[in-house]
Amino acid sequence: MADARLSDIWVYLAALPLLWLTATLTCYLIALRLYRLAGSTPLLNPVMVAIALLIGLLWLTDTPYPIYFEGAQFIHFLLGPATVALAIPLYRQRHRLRALALPILVALPVGVATAGLSAIGLAALFGAEPAILLSLAPKSVTAPVAMGISEKIGGIPTLTAVLVISTGVVGAVFGTAVLRLLRCQDPAVQGFALGLSAHGLGTARAFQVDATMGAFAGLAMALSAFATALLLPPLLGWIGSG
Amino acid sequence: MLEALLLILLCQLLGETLVQLAALPIPGPVLGMLLLLGWLFLHGGVADEVGRTADTLLAHLSLLFVPAGVGVMLHWERVREHWQALALALVLGTLITLVVTALTMAGMRRLMAWWRRPSGG
Repeated sequence: MADARLSDIWVYLAALPLLWLTATLTCYLIALRLYRLAGSTPLLNPVMVAIALLIGLLWLTDTPYPIYFEGAQFIHFLLGPATVALAIPLYRQRHRLRALALPILVALPVGVATAGLSAIGLAALFGAEPAILLSLAPKSVTAPVAMGISEKIGGIPTLTAVLVISTGVVGAVFGTAVLRLLRCQDPAVQGFALGLSAHGLGTARAFQVDATMGAFAGLAMALSAFATALLLPPLLGWIGSG
Repeated sequence: MLEALLLILLCQLLGETLVQLAALPIPGPVLGMLLLLGWLFLHGGVADEVGRTADTLLAHLSLLFVPAGVGVMLHWERVREHWQALALALVLGTLITLVVTALTMAGMRRLMAWWRRPSGG
């Protein structure tokens, strides 16, 4: 009797966006708590842990992704305004921005070409099919741009979204350690490299370290979104015909 | 708080509209960010309130990627089939990009400093 009652409540709640919105916040906060308990090691990246917890929860409750997304879309929506808001830390860095204009203009196309070509080249070594290669090509760009580019060049947009987030997690987990190995100490350079290679998640990681680093990561993310949308399709066309 | 949120949403809306009208290959929010940056330069500053709202949004930027990331569950089969190629491209490709970008930018800075030294005294 009590069981039937409980399952009625479950059926009712499972149909509301409230349930999965709350679950997303809860899992993220648990992941954040774990991350801090472990001394903020990037290996326990909160995004990665939260995603794993939620997938476990969805699997246990036999909930399909579209049902989950009905609730989680409210958080997903905020990506847009947050992207716009990146203009503010950038404006605060306007004096450094002017001094760094030339290095940025050179590093941008070099980085964007490296991102696309390294992804395709490495995956091609393992004989991945063309649809996978094309889905990988825009992986360093922020998710909405990457999905648009993927569709345009013949990839699978939803697969691209997943690869983009995985790329961001890789950048956030290993990025600062690799930059330390390079003995690169300029926060503007560190931030720019993190934002270009790992978009918003690299930017989020950069903000955890330093405000200047975060601002330049945000700049790199925005500029590489433009540059990749403009450069990648002709670059792939040129490789394909060559 | 509300005015700041409105400013941000208006920039995004304008960005989305322009992208649709001109069929630009970039997403609306990215153009919106540049519009807001332009507005800040024209206006000559950030109101404290706008700054605080932006900082609140950006403080939890990572959280906003979680819903899309859970979407990996839609692609289990493909990911399992191609996991070696994907892992190599994701880890090595991303780190190569990071290193090449950092070295290029740091190299350019050094080159510019060297260029300026003789003339600057």
